[in-house]
Order: sequence, then structure tokens, then C-alpha cells
Amino acid sequence: MIAERWITLLTLAGFLAIPLWALAVDEPFTITLATRAAILALAAVGLNIALGIGGMVSLGHAAFFGLGGYAMGILAFHAQSFQPLDLGLFTIEGTKSMPVIWLTAIAVSALAAWLIGLLSLRTTGVYFIMITLAFGQMFFYFAISWGTYGGEDGLSIYVRNSFPGLNTLVPIQFFAICFVALCAALFFQWRLRASPFGLALNAARQSEARVATVGLSPKRLKLLAFVISGAITGLAGALFADLNRFVSPTMFSWQLSGELIILIIIGGVGRLAGPVIGAALFVALEHWLGGLTDFWHVWLGLILLLIVLFARGGIVGLLTGKAGPHV
Amino acid sequence: MSEPILSTRGLSKSFGALKAASDITLDLKPGEIHAVIGPNGAGKSTLIGLISGTLAPDDGQVALAGQDVTSLGPEDRAKAGLGRTFQISALAMEDTVLENALLGAVGATRQARRLFSPVQRDTALTERAMTALTRVGLDKVKDTRCAELSHGQRRQLEVAVALTLAPKAFVMDEPMAGLGAEGSKTMTGFLDTLRAEAPILLVEHDMDAVFALADRVSVMVYGKLIATGTVDEIRASRDVQDAYLGSDA
Repeated sequence: MIAERWITLLTLAGFLAIPLWALAVDEPFTITLATRAAILALAAVGLNIALGIGGMVSLGHAAFFGLGGYAMGILAFHAQSFQPLDLGLFTIEGTKSMPVIWLTAIAVSALAAWLIGLLSLRTTGVYFIMITLAFGQMFFYFAISWGTYGGEDGLSIYVRNSFPGLNTLVPIQFFAICFVALCAALFFQWRLRASPFGLALNAARQSEARVATVGLSPKRLKLLAFVISGAITGLAGALFADLNRFVSPTMFSWQLSGELIILIIIGGVGRLAGPVIGAALFVALEHWLGGLTDFWHVWLGLILLLIVLFARGGIVGLLTGKAGPHV
Repeated sequence: MSEPILSTRGLSKSFGALKAASDITLDLKPGEIHAVIGPNGAGKSTLIGLISGTLAPDDGQVALAGQDVTSLGPEDRAKAGLGRTFQISALAMEDTVLENALLGAVGATRQARRLFSPVQRDTALTERAMTALTRVGLDKVKDTRCAELSHGQRRQLEVAVALTLAPKAFVMDEPMAGLGAEGSKTMTGFLDTLRAEAPILLVEHDMDAVFALADRVSVMVYGKLIATGTVDEIRASRDVQDAYLGSDA
């Protein structure tokens, strides 16, 4: 059995090795696939904080992914059309700067997560799943009907946004940005889990009564976790939009929320490396099996079924020989 | 006698037509163990819920250290100085013994807003947790997952977490349940010394423990307190005998 720390480090090393190999043999598409996997992993790391530590099964995390995407889309759209965004009282210039876009994406999705969490955390269990799903769908239909930014057709951004000192159009350089963001999020989650807050949040998942009895509010712990979770998934959304240079309402779709949960379950709920392994496997299957058959989801479903039936700790749980936390 | 640390005045709670608690007035004075006994279904658990804030009363007040806490929820009552243990262990089962005690230390010192520094490396917090574990005799199993503890050890851990809070008053819901003869004796000895730190409101089925420990005993039947007095007074009371043995006896 392998210690979880080594699994995390090996996973990240592998994640780095594949695009470097692809660079050496000049396979830029593989780098793009790895970038896509890193971004999905980042989104799932965000969800894993709410789901794995806090026990909040959110079926609405696409809302934050989409908000991050649209934060990028709208800012870049106004930059490329040279028309400031008119908010009535004041106007905002568009921007092509990634750091500014990221901060906006994080702030907007954190705010949305706070509002959604405030209302959703009044419920638990299946009602929580349903209310987060409902919020996600609200954003989805709003985006579809918002003609200014392309409505159902989405919004194309012609040139990838810029990052100081890098040429983001070179696949390996954009991969580096996404990979560093993923590592930063994992480091953050690792520290968070070991902190007094992480201890209390993890206990709140197991027994709200216990946490209240020591004078802490389980709702407030969970709300803060939900906000952090939404912010990270929002950042992933901004990167995802930049990868595709395209934003559309599908980023808000409930299928995406579901896929994020599936990634985590396959990899290992609450485990650091869980979402990373899940996302890598997902993108690999999507590419290789998707090339063979349109019905590749059947095989994904089969893997999910096997994991749920025989390996409750996901792939990380199989490797460490320990069952995962119960949600 | 001095001012009570914990007192209830006319507490009432109904569930539909069932009066689970009606007009409960009792108090807990510094340095005493006040036991609440009564047959199954007498409303003892309801009383604990009302005192600890998980249930809202229909009528009446709860005061803790001179402060009216009736409108406060369980977390605010804990902050105000109430240390509660549960009848059915409410612990973080996947966490270790030490982590459960650390949670108490984090709550007591209001440090749950710290997001980035490892809790296990905080010497003040770990010392506070370890002190409590040592006192109940769980220091040797600190790295054991709570789910692997025996029933009795979970009881001890419940008490240890309450100790980390350094509360003004303890409210303990059947701390002896499932302990066995030997464990029950140890716990009795421990609670006996604990009353000097903070008074204990003890809800308990184990009559040996109650009679050995309690300074005062209140008897609850059908949601009402029918008697309060010293152990000898309660033993001699005709009403109590009727309630326990049936009035036809």
C-alpha cells in the first residue's frame, strides 16, 4: 500500500511528464489534452473541498465554472470590440490580462457561491442537491437568453488572453499556467485540511451536533468552504474559456456539474489526488474511446459503477488501501 | 447557598398532544452534582435538549451564569459556558481521538477561522487536547480512529471533549451507559472530582452511580418534576416509590 502523499506527488509528476514528452516529440494536441485535464482537475479540486471535506454534494458547481468562463468572455469581448462595459453608473474597460480576469472570475464566483450557499445550506441531503441544481440551471437559462453575449451560440474570443512574460498561445506555456494553478489549489487544499478550520469542517460533515457542542456554527463553516470551493471552480472556468477561446452556456450545464462529481468519485472523494486522477482518466477516455465510439460514456459509466460497488475510496482509496470519507 | 450556575424556570415543551416537559424548574449550584432520574419516556432527553439549545421551549427560560440563554442556539450556549455530552455518542467517527479533542480546543479558543496553519503543530491547542485526554485516560489511544473505540471509550472521549471547553457547567446525558461495572466505577470516581471544577447536571439510569455521586436528585415522571431533594430524601419519598414501582404496589 502506498502513502497518499506519494500518490499525489507521483500523479503530479506524471501530469507534468506527459506534456513534456509531447513537447519533445512535437505532439501539440496531447499538450492541449493535458491542459484540458488540468483545468477540469482544478474545477474538481474546488468541488472536492465542498464535497470531500464539507460533505456538501453540490450539483450546481457548473454555475461557478460558467461564471468564471463568462467573466473571461465578457472582459475579453469588450477588450476586442474596444467598447467599454456600460454598467449605468460607470463603465468598465475590457481587458485581455489573465491575472485581472482571474481575480474577477474568483470574486464573481465567490460572491455567487456565498449567495447560493446562504440559501442552499438551509437544506441538507437530497434537497441540497436539488437546490444547487436549480441554481445552476437558472444560470444556464439566463446565459442562453442573454443575447448581448451570444446567447445560445456563445461568445468567441479571437486571441487567447495574455500573461506577463509568457506567450499564452504556445500550448506548453499555457499548460504551465494551468498546471501551476492546479498545484497551487492542491497546496491550498492540503493546508486547509490540516488547519483548525479544516478540522472543524471535516467534523461538521460527520456530526453537526458535535461541532455545535464545542461552540462552532456548522452552517458558517460550510458556507465559507462553499465560497472557497466556488471561487476555485470559477478560476478553472476562466482558464477553460481561455483554452477554448470560446464561452457558451454549456459551461453552465448540469451535465458538467455531474461530470465534476464523477471525476471526484472515480479518483477518490476528499483525497488530494482524487480529482486529478479522475480528470486525467476522464480526458483520456473521452479522447481514446471517444475516437472509437460515440457511446464512450457507457465505459465511463461502467468504471463508475465498479468503483462505487467495489472501491468506495476511488482509485486513490484502492492504492492506499483505505476507504474514503463518507459523504 | 450561592447563586446557581445553571437554572431553568418553568420550561415546557410539547410534541403535538404529548407534554414532554411541563413547567420544569431546577437549578445547578456551584460544586454540586445534580442528578435527574426518571423512568424511560419521562422527558429527560427533552430536558437536555431544552437546556443545551437543540430544542426551543414553548414556555419558560434557561439561564447560564446569570445570563438568559433561552433564545440562543446550541453553539452560542456552548460559547456561554455549557459543556454537553451526548447519550448516543456524537463524535467525528472517522477522525482520531486526538482530532476529536482538538476540535474542542479549537472551538473553546475560537480558532476555527484559521485556514492555513496546521492544527496538530499548534502546541497550545494540542496541549489543551492532550490534557483532557490524559484526564479521562485516553492519551494512549490518541491516534486511534474514533470508530474503532469501544463503547465505553467513546463515552470517555465525549467527556474529554467537554473538558477541553473548560465549561462553567456540564450537562451529561447518561455518561455511564454501556460502560460496564469497572468502567462505571472509574467514571464515577472521575466525575466525583470534576464537580469541584464545574457543577454537573447528570441525567443517568445507573442508580448506583447516581446515589454515589449526587448532592441532589430530581425525579422526572411524565414530563414533570415530582421531587427534588438529597439522596436520602428521594430514597424515602413515597411519590418516587410510586412512580418507579407503580402506585398499585
